[in-house]
Amino acid sequence: MSTAAQQPILETRGLGVDFGGLKALDGLDLAVYPGEIVSVIGPNGAGKTTLFNAITATVAASEGDIRFEGESLIGLDPNRVTSRGIARTFQNVRLFANMTVLENVMVSQHCRTRQSVFGALLFTKAFRDEEAEITERGKEVLSFFGHRLVGYRFDQPAYTLSYANRRRLEIARAMATQPKLILLDEPVAGMNPTESAELTGLIGRLRDEWGFAIVVIEHDMEVVREVSDRVVVLDHGVKIAEGDYADVAVDPQVIEAYLGHGATA
Amino acid sequence: MSLTTPSEPGPPPAPEPAPSAGGAANGLSNDAPPRPPFAQDWRRIARMGAIGAIGQIFISLSNMPVKLDGRAIIEGVLSLGYLSLVVLPLAAGSRVGHQLRREGVPFHRPGAHEVIGGAACGALVGGGLSLLAVLIANFDLREPLVNWSPILAELLAFNRGTAFAVIIWLAIGAAVGAAGGLLRVVPSLARRVLWTMVLTLFGSAVLESLTTDLAEGMGIEGLVDWFYAPRGGLTITGAIALAAGSGVLAFVARGRIKGAKARIDALEGPARNRAHLGLILATAAVLVILPMFAGKLTNELLANVGLFVLLALGLNIVVGLAGILDLGYVAFFAVGSYSAAVLTAATSPKIHPELPWFVALIGVVLLTGLVGLFIGAPVIRMRGDYLAIVTLGFGEIIRLLFLSDWLSGWFGGSQGITNIPGAEIFGLAEVAGTDPRSVFYLVLAFCAIAIYVSWRLERSRIGRAWMAVREDETVAEAMGINTVNVKLLAFVVGAVLGSFSGAIFSAKVGSVFPASFLILVSIVILVVVIFGGMGNIVGVIAGSAVLIGVLGGPKQPGLLAEFSEFKLLIYGALLVWMMLARPEGLIPSVRRTRELHQEELAQDAWLRGQTEDDNGEDQS
Ligand SMILES: Nc1ncnc2c1ncn2[C@@H]1O[C@H](COP(=O)(O)OP(=O)(O)O)[C@@H](O)[C@H]1O
Ligand SMILES: [Mg+2]
Repeated sequence: MSTAAQQPILETRGLGVDFGGLKALDGLDLAVYPGEIVSVIGPNGAGKTTLFNAITATVAASEGDIRFEGESLIGLDPNRVTSRGIARTFQNVRLFANMTVLENVMVSQHCRTRQSVFGALLFTKAFRDEEAEITERGKEVLSFFGHRLVGYRFDQPAYTLSYANRRRLEIARAMATQPKLILLDEPVAGMNPTESAELTGLIGRLRDEWGFAIVVIEHDMEVVREVSDRVVVLDHGVKIAEGDYADVAVDPQVIEAYLGHGATA
Repeated sequence: MSLTTPSEPGPPPAPEPAPSAGGAANGLSNDAPPRPPFAQDWRRIARMGAIGAIGQIFISLSNMPVKLDGRAIIEGVLSLGYLSLVVLPLAAGSRVGHQLRREGVPFHRPGAHEVIGGAACGALVGGGLSLLAVLIANFDLREPLVNWSPILAELLAFNRGTAFAVIIWLAIGAAVGAAGGLLRVVPSLARRVLWTMVLTLFGSAVLESLTTDLAEGMGIEGLVDWFYAPRGGLTITGAIALAAGSGVLAFVARGRIKGAKARIDALEGPARNRAHLGLILATAAVLVILPMFAGKLTNELLANVGLFVLLALGLNIVVGLAGILDLGYVAFFAVGSYSAAVLTAATSPKIHPELPWFVALIGVVLLTGLVGLFIGAPVIRMRGDYLAIVTLGFGEIIRLLFLSDWLSGWFGGSQGITNIPGAEIFGLAEVAGTDPRSVFYLVLAFCAIAIYVSWRLERSRIGRAWMAVREDETVAEAMGINTVNVKLLAFVVGAVLGSFSGAIFSAKVGSVFPASFLILVSIVILVVVIFGGMGNIVGVIAGSAVLIGVLGGPKQPGLLAEFSEFKLLIYGALLVWMMLARPEGLIPSVRRTRELHQEELAQDAWLRGQTEDDNGEDQS
């Protein structure tokens, strides 16, 4: 997918994040190209989630630069980053639990819509059109997951969903923000093999049908092998390997990092 | 063989009736035979009795019984004062018989066991008063306890000496406690009929002044005189008639009201909208027509309730929808009042443009909106407890500014601004404090506006963003919501609604003083919102009607004017009780109920959804 001639959609240069002395990320260079699926792997505590947090401005980068479509994201508020076109999911599912399934994907279109108090109060045509559009797009992203999140589920509060469905709804919510780049933090964690195989297929379709570039943090090497164009390995906040799955999987440094931490790969 | 089968397992109302829950619960829980009558959990009874007894002594020493004795509920039978002394034994007696219905834990069918337990506990609670009577007779503690008086002793003894007091309160406690236990035993229909009768009696006694006033207005006082005694309270015959009538009605209506509500809820689309519109129009018609027959005092009361409804609706947007705990909401009420006063009154110290009220309103809205922005901007960046404390501070700062010497050239300091003219409505009508009916209509119109605003905003992009912020601010921000702007908007909308109330208040009262805007006002409005049901428009209105209408506002008397000095005590007790028994409020919003009973509901849903999800998995 990645052609060297192309401009990367996301690029970090010498990115560092410092938690009071602990360098969670240190001098990280990373490029993601349009239409690419990049997996980020590494043992627990390697700094993967911190990378997502830094990109989405949830934590501040202490050094380096993050560029999205050629422009720096440093100093932006999280909501500005999202409206630039980056959406994410959370490792520990964080839905709006008491809002309905449909409301969850409606509210995340906030930065793509304009109507404010007066439209709502006067119930203008523009307001009604926009509401219809929001509902429509919400239903569209939900139907991406087959029958699971549609129909009577639209009006059910999110907390009633099964664990796997919550993960799916989180992805739908990210899709509804109309991003160009989606960051998935361990999307199949806690799913059974059937469910995770299905979601692996969906991640591919997200790129093929919706045209998103995708960065996915994943522990399940089966999934990593299946979806990634490229794999980036982090350890102690540093990139220790990068390349095809096949190359990375036999890289001695990677094996050392995993074995050294005693984690299963 | 079975005497009674308790038909309803538990009190918390599930928002969506779980179709299988009832059946499943009955299938899962093991019903056990009644317990033997005297095998009681004596420790539990003793503990509850002791707590109740302390409560009784506290109530007595707060002087409530003596003060409220003047207000009759049923002529010659029961006064509000004595009523305050039988509530606790009843509650304790009923509470002792309470068993949780849980899966796998045997549920004993209630019977004599519950009645005897209730009687024992009630006797202990009543015994608190026996003890107090003995203590008053033998010791003089008037020094620290001002209400430690012979008057209280006489009241407790029904003027018949200490020995009588000791015996009678044990007996009353036991009887009332047994009645409380009996409530557990009788079938749910009987319980509902009984409660309807009790509430009807209490309600008609409370509403006495309102009913007689309306009856006079309609020229049917003869009818009402039959129910009410000349010196206040229901006549005995009237009470019997009311109890019988309401009992029969409750029996006939059993299940029908719920059924009708379920039918309306089940309607879809336009039919449902029509049904709701019909209900709203009917309510509006009653509210427009009633005051025409009502006298000054009633209209005054209605206007006060309306002012608080308006304030509560505004605060509901801030607290209920956006989840910002604002403890200084009175600031906007104050700014609204003062700016209206400055813009309309000729006596305003510094500038006095003497604008007509409606023109001044534009200025009021702009000014309050600005103040909302000004206060909101720094406050909104904080979260949780810090935010609450800072708003509390700002609420007080605003009042102190109006009081200060520094601004007294503008706002008159502690003298305030007086001789504020009423509101003139396009030359059609003059709204002034001397004519509470017109004030009420003005308030009503603005309440309608506030209800419309709340209703429309909740179902808009903005409303959804508020909910998201309330749920999880960090995630809302990460999902592209500018949380600062959205929260600020909630703050300003709330401020503007509050300022309407303030502007009407100053026209109604004709003067504004800093002392009208104490922190207490903020607290009362918040209590109204919490008590009524946070996030729910109908709940907020009901909360104002009950708390402000019956108990009274910070300075405004309610229907039970006798309560005025115990108002805060009762507010507090109600709030604590509400938090324990029904944290979602009187008329909850579906969403709040979900939040507060999330685990239970999630479990239900999980049990129900289990099979369904498995099927789904198989198909794919
Ligand atoms: N907000 C924070 N404050 C302090 N330390 C943090 C914070 N977030 C993450 N860390 C630390 O940074 C390191 C990397 O964490 P993380 O990015 O969550 O790892 P993972 O690769 O498992 O997602 C860990 O040592 C973690 O303890
Ligand atoms: Mg992580």
